[in-house]
Amino acid sequence: MHGTVSEFGNRAQGNGTSRAAILEMSGLRLEACSVDVWTPIVHGINLTVHKGEVLGLIGESGAGKSTIGLAALGYARDGCRISGGSILFDGTDLNGCTDKKLRNLRGKRIAYVAQSAAAAFNPAHRIIDQCIEVPVHMAGRRRSQAIKDIKRIFGLLQLPDPESIGDRYPHQLSGGQLQRAMVAMAMAGHPDLIVFDEPTTALDVTTQIEVMASIRHAVEHAGTAAIYVSHDLAVVAQMAHRVMVLRHGAVVEEGEVGAILHDPRREYTKALVSARQTSHAHRPVDTDDEVIISVEDVRASYGKSPVLNGINFEIPRQRTVAVVGESGSGKSTVARVITGLLPPDRGVVRYGKGILPSFYGKRTKDELRQIQMVYQMPDTALNPKHSVRDVIGRPLEFYLGLDKVQREKRIRELLSLIELDPDEFIDRTATELSGGQKQRICIARALAAEPSVIICDEVTSALDQLVGEEIIRLLNDLQSRLGLSYLFISHDLATVRAVADYVLVMRSGDIVDFGSTDAIFNPPYHEYTELLLSSVPEMRQDWLYKLLQDRDNKKATDLRKRIAAT
Amino acid sequence: MLPIMQSSLKLLKTAPPTAFLGLTILTVVLFAGVFAPWIAPYGETDVVGAPGLSIGGDFLFGTDQIGRDVFTRILYGARNTVGIALLVTAMAFFIGVVFGLISAVSSRWVDQVLSRLVDILMAIPPLILALLILTIAGTSVLNMVLVIAVLDSTRVFRLTRAVGMNVAVLEFVELARLRGEGTWWIVRHEILPNITAPLAAEFGLRFCFVFLFISALSFLGLGIQPPTADWGSMVRETSTLISFGIATPLVPAICIALLTVGVNLIVDWFLYQSGMRKE
Repeated sequence: MHGTVSEFGNRAQGNGTSRAAILEMSGLRLEACSVDVWTPIVHGINLTVHKGEVLGLIGESGAGKSTIGLAALGYARDGCRISGGSILFDGTDLNGCTDKKLRNLRGKRIAYVAQSAAAAFNPAHRIIDQCIEVPVHMAGRRRSQAIKDIKRIFGLLQLPDPESIGDRYPHQLSGGQLQRAMVAMAMAGHPDLIVFDEPTTALDVTTQIEVMASIRHAVEHAGTAAIYVSHDLAVVAQMAHRVMVLRHGAVVEEGEVGAILHDPRREYTKALVSARQTSHAHRPVDTDDEVIISVEDVRASYGKSPVLNGINFEIPRQRTVAVVGESGSGKSTVARVITGLLPPDRGVVRYGKGILPSFYGKRTKDELRQIQMVYQMPDTALNPKHSVRDVIGRPLEFYLGLDKVQREKRIRELLSLIELDPDEFIDRTATELSGGQKQRICIARALAAEPSVIICDEVTSALDQLVGEEIIRLLNDLQSRLGLSYLFISHDLATVRAVADYVLVMRSGDIVDFGSTDAIFNPPYHEYTELLLSSVPEMRQDWLYKLLQDRDNKKATDLRKRIAAT
Repeated sequence: MLPIMQSSLKLLKTAPPTAFLGLTILTVVLFAGVFAPWIAPYGETDVVGAPGLSIGGDFLFGTDQIGRDVFTRILYGARNTVGIALLVTAMAFFIGVVFGLISAVSSRWVDQVLSRLVDILMAIPPLILALLILTIAGTSVLNMVLVIAVLDSTRVFRLTRAVGMNVAVLEFVELARLRGEGTWWIVRHEILPNITAPLAAEFGLRFCFVFLFISALSFLGLGIQPPTADWGSMVRETSTLISFGIATPLVPAICIALLTVGVNLIVDWFLYQSGMRKE
């Protein structure tokens, strides 16, 4: 693997461009339909992918990156259409191609890897049968030969036990394995071009690394050209030779990875590169802080399977306690126990000195008021039929009993507090807001109750990077102005570093590491915390390569030590 | 102008031609039903000519087997059949939606008991059950309305429970519970506004079925009783005429078909609006 990686590094420096183009889009325009009106969403994109080259498409949601990725297969999603330009794939224009011709190209010569492999596999069939569909049914190869070939590709993607893993059903594979199986399926037809649509976005950081490494290894080995779509510049930097930055359906900037990272020309690209630098003036850690919430020896389970095995921690006044961990670590369950949605099997949650009833239905109105939630998905946390006035007004009416005039005044104050213009936003419904605006409304709704603690469950995960940072800044600002305490649940360590005073690291229902933010993010690290920290992609081109090398070296040293010990 | 009128006018402007056709049919039928005594040339039960006169001639749609004007009876029939169908559908919806929502937001036990009761009702073919109950309880319009409303509410219950549950698990409902809101408030403010589109579409479909059900019962002699005019029994009463080559029984049959098609066209448009249908 060593050889291929450095070879990849060399090519990234730039000889790739002299090769023949496999895909050439020129003046590509796409339109989307909403209420019988076609509005342009991609405005004349020119894009070239050369043989064996990986092109990264990056941009925030709505930038049109996935739409362009799919257009490379001559495909437009439901409610979208290709309205102009040409898509030359190896000399054939896919725009205006017959369906039969397209079907013949797709799978065999151009393949697609979707974001959610779990949704892309048919749960009723074995992995291997789904993977060899293209070579057997479309390319007409012999079954035995196709099976032999796909097993080789499983090995190439570093899937465990390549000989027999294909006999399993999709639900018997982990998320990361399934994603790699989908890459194998795409590679089964030996295509000239693969479109990767955010293949690692839904994965945990530690899993993301494995998938990224094996995709890169396999693509490099097969010499396939690829389009790699992602919202994360740091990820794209590891995977692509060239990057195209997109915004609102147009190209902002295009260039070699190194050039984009070190010498971005446009303001927007500069903002993307320098993102994640919001920092938070950490107040000195003080053990005498008044404690607002304390969680004491809490054990909880869903049915018979335990999720929390005896958790202890405290949230002091005007402080932020962050809970980090991978999916399944039980971090969201902590929030469910504190809010009373999931009564614990053992242990108590205290508010101040008093014990909170374990079930929310038994809590008084005032106890409920003190703890408010802000969710990950603002789309489902806001009733689409309610206006901003209804959403923020209800807690004011319910908890504080304000009349109509007082309510109107307070809603306007709260909107100003979350930096939205009251006149413009007060009558809008959730469907007329952007993701970041929705999340602000959710925060305003929590503030309306005048709580002492707000539980933020992955509040920035569903948002674009720059929008997420604005939300973090707002939360920090509100904390110092209103004296709020936060329980901040996140898998994103960079964000946690920017908000937290204390950090709890969780792993399968246990707290494995706890301390002030400075202590957690500086050496000496706890072993698991270090693994998490080192797995966060950095804005360096050689980051993945170096990391994998370091881990290999460490393994080798450990082995040597163990041999020496015996 | 009221905002609701403005928005419905805007909605009308975007309506496809099929929806317009449906709306026209429905408007004509409703108009005929409401104003029947004024438009109709004769009385509902008057014998005005020789029996079995064919279409055209002195009477627009001819006369039936005892010489009543078919056109007059079609107008009165619209009033009886469509009016009762509307009443039945409204009652079925009231029962179905209330219990469906209770089932969607309540504990598992309440849901289980309600759902199994509905299963039992649905397991018996509705026409046979209705015939049975009407034969025992006696054929009156009130009995018929109650029986069909209860039988049809099971379908409404199923739909309401299903779409209601989809909304009930969303985070804004969880948040309302955590805020301490009562069940009724959650149903009224958080769930009901989000399921009106599929319910409205279902209302149209249900209306058609109820309407056909009444026609079927009337045809079998257990629905609306003679001499009251309704489309279903008109088909039955005049059916013998068809063997003499007289097309009169086709007139009420065509009316039933037209109204069914019209309502379905409107429903399709509603479903399209709510994003449940693509074309």
